[in-house]
Amino acid sequence: MTMDLFLEGLVALLIVIGGIFTLVGSVGLLKLSRPMPRLHAPTKASTLGVGAILMASMVLAFWRGEGSLHELLITCFMFVTAPISALFIAKVHLHRGEMAVAPPHPPKDDVWATLDTPEEDLDLRKPGETPVTPAE
Amino acid sequence: MPRQLARRILPHPLLTLLLVAAWCLLQNHLSLGTVVFGLILGLLIPGFIAPYWPDRPQMKKPHLLPGYVLMVIWDIIVANCNVAYIVLFRSNASIQSNWVLVPLDVKTPEAISMLAGTITLTPGTVSADLSDEGHALLVHALDAPDPDAVRDHIKSRYERRLKEIFE
Repeated sequence: MTMDLFLEGLVALLIVIGGIFTLVGSVGLLKLSRPMPRLHAPTKASTLGVGAILMASMVLAFWRGEGSLHELLITCFMFVTAPISALFIAKVHLHRGEMAVAPPHPPKDDVWATLDTPEEDLDLRKPGETPVTPAE
Repeated sequence: MPRQLARRILPHPLLTLLLVAAWCLLQNHLSLGTVVFGLILGLLIPGFIAPYWPDRPQMKKPHLLPGYVLMVIWDIIVANCNVAYIVLFRSNASIQSNWVLVPLDVKTPEAISMLAGTITLTPGTVSADLSDEGHALLVHALDAPDPDAVRDHIKSRYERRLKEIFE
């Protein structure tokens, strides 16, 4: 009986935590005003927010005796894929060069990988268009 | 010669194991059938991707990996609370977003991608790009009045451990 109560409380707590962090992530998307800071909001929602809800689902399933490890697999897939989508959004921002502060120049190498145009593509650029180069 | 044959059939033994485990977890049911089908997938898929991933990743101390993962999960929880505080209670004008330049000591692609993934998963920092020869990582920090402190934190906390595990 007390075990039931404890597990019920745990599941409820995890769902509330997940909900709060997902909400904070959405508030962040609305509130932050520039594209690069805005990128930070979804990383939060996708890690702790979804993670806590998946934990709640797993606890509930094992408690009812129909346990599954699908949630664990979802967490792994999410942890592997979330950084990749974030990286690509960041690369798009770098490409468009619309940042308030230009990124610093890499110390040892010539350029950031995103801005590294292959030589055979250089003449495809429209006349008068200048390449986006990061400020020194 | 037998070594080469084994390499041809099993270019990435760990990936094969991982695929079998993932398949069994997806089926949510452990039986001979799922294991055999998982093995078929585990033999076919690494064979197809081997041309794109020629070198077998070297892990010098794989036993340190679980500790690293637990540390990252703990950091994610702590950083989530920090970022939630920043998002909810700080005005946009007082948030000092900054670029952080992280010169890399790790050389292997696997270690660099683990580091970049860790940085992005920890809320408050996103890895944005790698320099064209792979000597530095460009990181964007949500609130970093002092970018050098963030750089030192990343280098001492994550990169040092990854270097120990992979190199």
